[in-house]
Amino acid sequence: MLVNGCSGPQSTLDPAGESAQKIAQLFWTMTAGAAIVWTVVVGLAVYAIKFNRGTHDVHQAGRYIIGGGVVAPTVVLTGLLIWGLALLPGLVAPAPADSLKIRVRGAQWWWRVHYQMPDIGGNVFEVRVADRQRSGRDSGIPESAAGSKPRDDAGPVAAPSAAEPGTRFFGLANEIRLPVNQPVQFYLESEDVIHSFWIPALGGKVDMIPGRQTRLTLVPTRTGVFRGACAEYCGTAHTWMNFYVIVMEQDDFSRWYRAQALPASEPLTPESTRGAELFLSSGCSACHTVRGTQADGTLGPDLTHVGSRVSLAAGVFTGGNPGQPSVDARDFSEWIADPARFKESVHMPRFGMLPDEDLRSLSVYLQSLK
Amino acid sequence: MNDRESPGEIPSQAQQEAQAARLLAAWKTPTGWRYWSSVNNSEVGWWYTVVAFCFFLFGGVLALIMRIQLAVPENDFLTAEQYNQFFTMHGSIMMFLFAVPVLEAISIMLLPEMMGARDLPFPRLSAYGFWCFLIGGVFVCGSIFFGASPQGGWFMYPPLTSSYQPGVGADIWLLGLAFIEIASIAAAVELIVGVLKCRPPGMRINLIPLYAWYILVVAGMILFAFPPLIAGDLLLELERAFDWPFFDPERGGDPMLWQHLFWIFGHPEVYIVFLPSIALIAMIVPTFAGRPIVGYSWVVLAAVGTGFLSFGLWVHHMFTTGLPGVSLGLFSAASQAVAIPTGIQIFCFLATLVAGKVTRSVPVLFVFGGLASFIIGGLTGVMVAIAPFDFQAHDTFFVVGHLHYVLIGGTIFPVIAGIYYYFPFATGRQMSERLGRVIFWIVFAGFNVTFFPMHWTGLLGMVRRVYSYPPGLGFGWLNLVSSVGAFVLAGGILILVFDMVYTRLRRPHSGRNPWNAGTLEWSYEVPDKPWGIRSIPEINGRYPIWDQPDLIRDIDQGRFYLADAEEGLRETMVTTTIDATPVQCLRVPGPSFLPFWAAVFTGGAFIFATFYLFAAALLSGIGATIVILVWLWTGTAVIPERPARDVGLGRTLPTYNSGSQAVGWWAMLITMLGDVTAFVSLVFGYFFYWTVHADFPPAGMAGPGWVWPLVAVILLSAAWWLTVQARKWNRQNRTTAFYGGLAVAVLFSLGGGVALLAGPWTCGMDPTRHVYPAIVWALVGWTAVHVGVGALMQLYCAARRLFGKMTDRYDADIMNVGLYWHFLGLTFLLTSAVVAVFPLLAKRGQEGLTP
Repeated sequence: MLVNGCSGPQSTLDPAGESAQKIAQLFWTMTAGAAIVWTVVVGLAVYAIKFNRGTHDVHQAGRYIIGGGVVAPTVVLTGLLIWGLALLPGLVAPAPADSLKIRVRGAQWWWRVHYQMPDIGGNVFEVRVADRQRSGRDSGIPESAAGSKPRDDAGPVAAPSAAEPGTRFFGLANEIRLPVNQPVQFYLESEDVIHSFWIPALGGKVDMIPGRQTRLTLVPTRTGVFRGACAEYCGTAHTWMNFYVIVMEQDDFSRWYRAQALPASEPLTPESTRGAELFLSSGCSACHTVRGTQADGTLGPDLTHVGSRVSLAAGVFTGGNPGQPSVDARDFSEWIADPARFKESVHMPRFGMLPDEDLRSLSVYLQSLK
Repeated sequence: MNDRESPGEIPSQAQQEAQAARLLAAWKTPTGWRYWSSVNNSEVGWWYTVVAFCFFLFGGVLALIMRIQLAVPENDFLTAEQYNQFFTMHGSIMMFLFAVPVLEAISIMLLPEMMGARDLPFPRLSAYGFWCFLIGGVFVCGSIFFGASPQGGWFMYPPLTSSYQPGVGADIWLLGLAFIEIASIAAAVELIVGVLKCRPPGMRINLIPLYAWYILVVAGMILFAFPPLIAGDLLLELERAFDWPFFDPERGGDPMLWQHLFWIFGHPEVYIVFLPSIALIAMIVPTFAGRPIVGYSWVVLAAVGTGFLSFGLWVHHMFTTGLPGVSLGLFSAASQAVAIPTGIQIFCFLATLVAGKVTRSVPVLFVFGGLASFIIGGLTGVMVAIAPFDFQAHDTFFVVGHLHYVLIGGTIFPVIAGIYYYFPFATGRQMSERLGRVIFWIVFAGFNVTFFPMHWTGLLGMVRRVYSYPPGLGFGWLNLVSSVGAFVLAGGILILVFDMVYTRLRRPHSGRNPWNAGTLEWSYEVPDKPWGIRSIPEINGRYPIWDQPDLIRDIDQGRFYLADAEEGLRETMVTTTIDATPVQCLRVPGPSFLPFWAAVFTGGAFIFATFYLFAAALLSGIGATIVILVWLWTGTAVIPERPARDVGLGRTLPTYNSGSQAVGWWAMLITMLGDVTAFVSLVFGYFFYWTVHADFPPAGMAGPGWVWPLVAVILLSAAWWLTVQARKWNRQNRTTAFYGGLAVAVLFSLGGGVALLAGPWTCGMDPTRHVYPAIVWALVGWTAVHVGVGALMQLYCAARRLFGKMTDRYDADIMNVGLYWHFLGLTFLLTSAVVAVFPLLAKRGQEGLTP
């Protein structure tokens, strides 16, 4: 029964990561302690109000102040503090240098995700030396090959275009896949307001703050599909800024990883070919990138392998089951026709003026981008 | 003279009646429409309390609508935008328009009576604060009916609120609430001076009622906690209105500065709200235990300790911002530490209950309910204070549950207990005991059903501030339970409101001191008289009514101080801070509409600025200045018709004091401590940018140079010196030197102000280009405005003497102005050092670092 009450794709009490596991343990212990403290104190109050017949003298009562007010809390809190803080270094330590590195940038109201290109060593992330010099934070950020860059150059869309020669990243959006039992290093940034990156089943959250880069280390410990959320209020559609994390066996992950790094597959059916043409002619490519085609917009999510994702529009479309999400072509056309219907104030314009058959072709094309 | 604690002779019946008639005439509450010109603490405190309670009900209705929206998944009862406005307003109203004001309101009503004073020292200031509160509150709340409410959350984090919410909402929040924060500070000044200076003779510092101790601590906290927020408001509004990039990382700003300023306010705020409620408990518990509090000194020390510690915890609201581990550990530890003084207070109350014999009644029931709930909030607070757990719980419904257990358990329950306890005091009528028990169980059940499941909801992953959620995540049913509970809770509150209104209108008067309490406020008469207390007694214990036999009778017979109002003036006693030895018979002003008009114009200045109508705002500000000057000119530091007055019991007290003996001087001192705190927050901003940037001031960016700042320092120092000298020349009646000195001082002040601004101006510092010029302009602008006010004060003093309103002996005005200039001196010296000297040092440091 207890197990059922704690489970869920977004539950902190159904841990699937090392950090979440440790914190859940901490929670249960603290809760048990809190229950004891509450029972004792409230029991004393009930006794004093209801059963006490005025037989206690002041000195005896005064001992409650010393014992209950000073000694007991000091001892308990010191113990708790030592134990709680002992967890801290493990939770905030950077992942080993050869770990998988993922950069996630929050934007209103979706997640731009960059993976390191497979089979290429070294690091691929820009570093803002100016940010960290004096404060000493983020001292573990790896240096980029290009050396330090002044922060002004970092630009709002510093995601390097995948078309450049020598690129060592590839981009996707609103979905993260991880190999089980491998530490992963996240680099977190924001493109507009403050967001907070949180995968409850794997571990704690870290804020994404404009002008800064924060880090998070996670180690998933079992496979499954987990839901992540933006935890910091970030404007009108904050509610609909979610994502999915899929933890896979190492082999499955490697397969997926290599596939994601590849350019988009060619459209195979007449309908999807037509969709590909519409994608360019209707203006989609102004904001979206489909690697391997002329579409290279960077304002919106990278759609190169959008058909392989389990949800659409940052977790809005899940096939009606947020625990086992799936997307079909109709979801695509509904979304494209009127995004604001599903996500108030969304920046993507509506394309409801397109004829239904165009919408269908576009959807089929996007769905085919596996 | 030797035995003042015993009352004086019993005046004859005829004498008593004549005295009472004169007192009544002096303290008569105006009738008809002039009723609203009242300034007496009983009226103002009552209005204040009622209005704050109305805002509470309004905030509660918003919460109910939100609970309807969240009752089922994917509900469309509200749009996202509406929901965002509702939760922003719910939090802001509950904090700024209810929790802080209601406790100040209750204190305004209660404190003078508790200390045997006729009124607070600055009745018109209370009235001004009330009208500001009403105008500002209605303005802020009203915005929701136009869909124009703020929607940045009650914490208003930029850059969301600076660059991504173009509507008027954020401006309403920043300016409307800054206006109310100023009113809160005004009330705090009033309450501090009230506790320190307006106690009854003999009430030494160790005999002060615990309530007054708590209010002293809380008012002190308001004084130091609100100014950083006001400084933050100023910076954020400057960014919104004029594009000064304080929080824009593209131009050197940093959104984290807001978080620091906000939470330096925001965490003490929790204790500002919580401690006065504990203060109510500290009054209720001894009464119903039938014995004095056990551990009086423990309670006082714990309250003071909580006040201090609460300023060192703010970072625990920022545990997930990627701070270094050392900070996390340090602030975790500090957050744990604050649980200890809180625990001490709770155990002092328990010890009192154990040592006494408890009379069970509705106030006790609500105190019990409050403790039982608050302890849960405290324990979950200890949990989230452990940084690792906070990584998960932060910004989820777990925290929503936690904070409502703290605030409802720690504030609403005690306040309801206080309503039951003090209703006879405020209205002369007692609320229903039977209905009270029913209300308690409904409210207690509704509260727990609403908020207890939220802990679970949060742990299952539901984040805060979402207007909807999909089905299938496991927390749908929990939300439904919470929504049902919310309506049960609201039902309980509704019955409570009904019984309050019914009791006020229909129930008969209850007897005097119905709870058989021991503190002085229970000496009021039924029905109450407007004079506060018939005669001001000499006190020798913490529970005078218990300790001093026949005290109430002796008070009534006018056998103590100030039993008469021979001149028909409103008078109360001023005593020394530590020993409460009488030092002055203070004349306090009577009814006036000036505070109302001052509040209208002040409100106009803020409200017009909200809509960027700066010309209208400026005019309104000038109007406010003029009304306030008239108010000061006609109503303050009035030269008395005779220098001293026989106050009874063979004691004669001066009717006028100046310098540190005067309440006005204390008010200036306390106000300026708050003012300097806001200024220091701006300086903190400057150095914050220095810590986050490798080079600050940025290389190649012009600073204000050192020439103009130096000129400013020279001129302003001269003006400062002349102002201090003028005090002396006034005493010595050296009129030429006095007028000449002040005239030159005004010129130097104006010249110094211009020189301050000339620094960044002549060096072409563009505040929209980068945060460095922006913060420099903010500092010199702040200082220049204060210099302008200082010059106005110098002129005011010269005019006062010219028109015979100030003399060599009656010189409170210039004493206070001198004090203002001391703080101004600190301000301009620090400003010049920061903007002119620091860049030189920083540059030297940089050069030293680079080989």
